[in-house]
Amino acid sequence: MLFDALLLQLGYNATLVTIGAAFLGVSAGVTGTFLFLRKRALVSDAISHATLPGVGIAFMVMVALGGDGRSLPGLLLGSAVSAWVGLLCVNWLTRKTRLAEDAAIGAVLSVFFGFGIVLLTIIQTMSAGRQAGLESFLLGSTAGMLWNDAIVIAGGGVATLAVVLALRRPMGLVAFDPEFASASGLNVARIDLAIMGLAMAVTVVGLKIVGLILIVAMLIIPPVAARFWTDRTDQVVVLSGIFGGASGYVGAALSASAPALPTGPIIVLVSFTVFAMSLFFAPGRGVLAAALRHRRFQRRVHMRQGLLALAQGQPIYERFTLSLLRRAGLAHADGVVTETGRARAAKALRDEKRWELVRADQALEGAAALYDGMRELETVLTADQIAEIDRRIGGPKEIGV
Amino acid sequence: MLELARMDGLAAQAQSLEQSPLSVRGMTVSYGQKPAVFSVDMTVVEGSMTAIIGPNGAGKSTLLKAALGVIKPLAGRAMVHGKPLNGQRHRIAYVPQRASVDWDFPTRVIDVVLMGLYRELGLLRRIKVVHMNKAMACLDRVGMSDFADRQIGQLSGGQQQRVFLARALAQGADLYLLDEPFAGVDAATEKAIIDVLKGLKAAGKTVVAVHHDLATVRDYFDRVFLINTRKVAEGPVETTFTAENLNLAYGGRLAMAQIDQLELAAG
Amino acid sequence: MSGEEFVPLSLTPLLIGMFAAVACALPGNFLVLRRQALIGDAISHVVLPGIVVAFLVTGTISAWPMMIGAAGASLVAVALIEAIRKLGKIEPGAAMGVTFTAMFAAGVLLLEQSDTSAVHLDVEHALYGNLESLIWLDAVGWDSLWDPVALAGLPVELPRIALTLVAVIAFVWILWRPLKLSTFDEGFAQTMGLRTGPLGLALVVVAAIAAVAAFDAVGSIIVIAMFICPPAAARLMTNRLEMQIAWSVIFAILAAVLGYVIAGYGPLWVGSDHAVSAAGMIATISGLILAIAAVAAPCRTRTGAPVE
Repeated sequence: MLFDALLLQLGYNATLVTIGAAFLGVSAGVTGTFLFLRKRALVSDAISHATLPGVGIAFMVMVALGGDGRSLPGLLLGSAVSAWVGLLCVNWLTRKTRLAEDAAIGAVLSVFFGFGIVLLTIIQTMSAGRQAGLESFLLGSTAGMLWNDAIVIAGGGVATLAVVLALRRPMGLVAFDPEFASASGLNVARIDLAIMGLAMAVTVVGLKIVGLILIVAMLIIPPVAARFWTDRTDQVVVLSGIFGGASGYVGAALSASAPALPTGPIIVLVSFTVFAMSLFFAPGRGVLAAALRHRRFQRRVHMRQGLLALAQGQPIYERFTLSLLRRAGLAHADGVVTETGRARAAKALRDEKRWELVRADQALEGAAALYDGMRELETVLTADQIAEIDRRIGGPKEIGV
Repeated sequence: MLELARMDGLAAQAQSLEQSPLSVRGMTVSYGQKPAVFSVDMTVVEGSMTAIIGPNGAGKSTLLKAALGVIKPLAGRAMVHGKPLNGQRHRIAYVPQRASVDWDFPTRVIDVVLMGLYRELGLLRRIKVVHMNKAMACLDRVGMSDFADRQIGQLSGGQQQRVFLARALAQGADLYLLDEPFAGVDAATEKAIIDVLKGLKAAGKTVVAVHHDLATVRDYFDRVFLINTRKVAEGPVETTFTAENLNLAYGGRLAMAQIDQLELAAG
Repeated sequence: MSGEEFVPLSLTPLLIGMFAAVACALPGNFLVLRRQALIGDAISHVVLPGIVVAFLVTGTISAWPMMIGAAGASLVAVALIEAIRKLGKIEPGAAMGVTFTAMFAAGVLLLEQSDTSAVHLDVEHALYGNLESLIWLDAVGWDSLWDPVALAGLPVELPRIALTLVAVIAFVWILWRPLKLSTFDEGFAQTMGLRTGPLGLALVVVAAIAAVAAFDAVGSIIVIAMFICPPAAARLMTNRLEMQIAWSVIFAILAAVLGYVIAGYGPLWVGSDHAVSAAGMIATISGLILAIAAVAAPCRTRTGAPVE
């Protein structure tokens, strides 16, 4: 069953939804990266919650005009309009009042959502509203979806992706370095608006599949996961798109394979799994790698400080330093230096002295800038340069222990 | 010269830890994989006015914050009169960088100064006239008593700095640690602050300030602590604030011409 | 309206709404000032998985396990957010987004997977509660307030939220100075020996407790709205924290009362006989209050030296 789903063998609707979710995932992952890099990830939360009143108003308007009210394009149009209004409110509150952006986001999302709920309760009392099923927009629902709706979603996913791909260069520039982007003639404000507009488009298209509460996850989680693997913006964008697309595809397929597996939550959880793996296992920024590195680094710091203290005959205050020295056979338990320790300490002190000269010498400024107390001099200077410095220091006997 | 500086450092260390109002040993602080402060020893001499100087990013503020336990060091310890910092905190007053707080916070000038009395007031003790008088007196010392009821968001940069100093005065400590107290303040404020600091020294208190203006070191301070990730030198201004030491601390970044302008004592 | 109608049908929902609003608005003041407003958002989302897990563990839908489950979920969420933020060096907004969406998704999935048809546990209830149903059937009028028999029939949500409110007030009262000091200048507070880390955590825990107790009665929407809207509107009214707290309480009560009354009677005034969601309306009113404050309040814009 699962294989059938993954291979798109579960009927036209499920196939369309899965494809739509995959396209949506890619666009969400890419758009979300720009939001994330602009440090505005949670603005999408305000956008998505702000869609609800629009859905309600669109329904009422369509019913009042004698229509069905459940027409998906109409509802999505309504949601887009109210999401835009919500976004404008966030921007206005942040610019015109002293409120910070997080407060503006929280206020907009809760108030729009609350108002949307009021509208939903009104609709439930309308004769046309009993079976409106607008609640499905809260958590998304692909069960019993009409062919037309599936087409709208798949088409929307493709269209959003096309726009994202078309605008990826300017958006990347703005997200990476707004000042440079501005200097090279880009209208940063307009591109920021485009990023928000795309986030809104993703939200609206994803509303029916994932629901408005969880759609933000598709915009937030893939970029955060991708960030662990690389420091380069363009690679984050690509990876995030891949993560998002894969989560959308696998999530939608999984959910089609069995009952009681709601699409939205499954997509979110698949994408969270990708995130959790990245958090722990990514080389470089991952937790495991960072913890190992930090431990190694701390040992190096203590070791070096210990050697310098030994060389200068100063007492060692830190127990950890002493135990490191002792285990390396450089000092006795009472802090007295061993024969090997003496040699290593002399070398450490000599290095320090060399560094001092390097840092005082304007000709070596480039090398001096790399000084951090830990770096081996051999890694920044040639043997000849070191020999020259040693000549200036004089014989090694000056370094007493 | 190198050896001189080192000997002076050792002499300062030789001063017993009990005497020093703040001593730091083997302090290393690292943001990520690059130490900002590496294996620094510092011994503040009681009753002195010490400037911590060094180029941008040399770890001046980091050293101060680590000594106060505001950031956690990778290695090292700070002691107050030879005792662990906790339990001795009442002897220290701190003036953080002005830009480290949100001045839009809804509170008045006098309330900020009263924060300095937290130790006296505790959780629930009522603010009495004596506390208000004390806070007002501190504001008066920095020339800000007319601003007591002002919302802090309405102050200029210099006024903000003076309020922070008044709060530190209210702490009634023996040792005053200031992080860039003269950064971006007007001339009148700079004068007001230095007058207060000199008054503290005259009263036997100890002052340590992160400082960035080399031209005023000689006028304001009697000791210097030069740092560039590692300690470069520590000692009285006359013997330690020298061209060699500055060159060591600032590397090639400080042109010799600038150093000459500072009219340094002959090395 | 006479006491005979008001006391049994409207008094308890009104009180519960007011208490819940104030219990959330009080810690909300500090969250907003600390730029942690969206912690409230995150907490209110993770309450759902908390109560679902509590239900699956105990098999019943009783109050205490659900409260404990929800409070536990809030702590898990806060720990996760902190861990993601620190370990992955991710900005707090994104860390929150990852955490609460994943936990909410897990909650929905668990709910779908388990058989909750026999009990009243669903997502909609979690979102907008059921304030209107918390009526006091044993009451016959104002006299019932002194009638022990009738009092025994009060909806349990009322004493629970009242107790929570008292605890929240006590927390803010006792820790007022440390809270204010560490919110304004955390570094300075640390040099004074204040343990700002645990204090910040305590604030979040208190917010979570308020959220859980309120959520039980009124759903998550009010919770988010009350964490943020009254304190935000209050911030625009004054430049003193003491006054801000007072304004936020006034706004919270105003939103609760107006929202409840308009939800219940508003439709009647326009000729419809169906009430609308009280929780949604309370949130809406709090938004209107904020909107008015944002265009007209005396201290709505920044002043003074720009922070470089």
